[in-house]
Amino acid sequence: MSLTLANTFILIDDPETALGFYRDALGLEVRMDVSNEGFRWVTVGAPGQDVSIVLSQPHGGRTQVEGDEILSLVTRGSFQAAIFKTDDLEGTFERVKASGADILEVPTDQPWGVRDCAVRDPSGNLVRIQAAK
Amino acid sequence: MSRLSLTDLKHLRRAKDLIDRDYASALDISEMARSAFMSPAHFSRSFREAYGETPYSYLMTRRIERAKSFLRHGMSVTDACVAVGCTSLGSFSSRFHELVGVSPTRYRGGDHQEVEAIPSCVRMLATRPRRYADIAARSA
Repeated sequence: MSLTLANTFILIDDPETALGFYRDALGLEVRMDVSNEGFRWVTVGAPGQDVSIVLSQPHGGRTQVEGDEILSLVTRGSFQAAIFKTDDLEGTFERVKASGADILEVPTDQPWGVRDCAVRDPSGNLVRIQAAK
Repeated sequence: MSRLSLTDLKHLRRAKDLIDRDYASALDISEMARSAFMSPAHFSRSFREAYGETPYSYLMTRRIERAKSFLRHGMSVTDACVAVGCTSLGSFSSRFHELVGVSPTRYRGGDHQEVEAIPSCVRMLATRPRRYADIAARSA
């Protein structure tokens, strides 16, 4: 048998601003964008990689109280969303910076052997981007 | 649940990120408050409401976390104190003891083989000190 990752979820407060980061700054492709009863089902992914990230709204499929609590945590910066890998860390970092994202760490050679940077997506999730070796 | 608005939480997050980034510099409350667009008093109160500790306490927790890493790698207690931005060895040591449960000297001399086996980006979070009283309460 084989098992692979198909979809994963990143909680975001607003699909449009999230797309400004994940699509425009990081360069992911939009695979689905469907509106349904006030919510938008948006998935993005890296060209050539068969894994889709659902840009998921905290209130979708949850009660108001759950959604509010999750959104509050997301906004406080409590969650780590993803670690991306790129063959152009410097260029990607410059695009992310130009998009207005909060920068936590500029590209740095880490003691654990990778070169990476850390930023926040517009919702407050921690995103790391590392250089492919 | 927090009564702070999402805009407040976003500004408080920026201040917390500032502390995480610049913990080794001489950060003071007014600079942190400015980064959150709040007055110092309102900022301290709001930060505590959002994160459960005061900004200064969070800053010191962050410094002690980094100091633990430096001490595990054999740095002297005085050098670790300076490296994380503390200017008084006395208050550094007492805060260290309060958070970690042992003195910096004793921690430095301990066995850290197990924790060093964890990837260091994870270790940084896993070894982040919690208020010692919290840990005691949890394991009681």
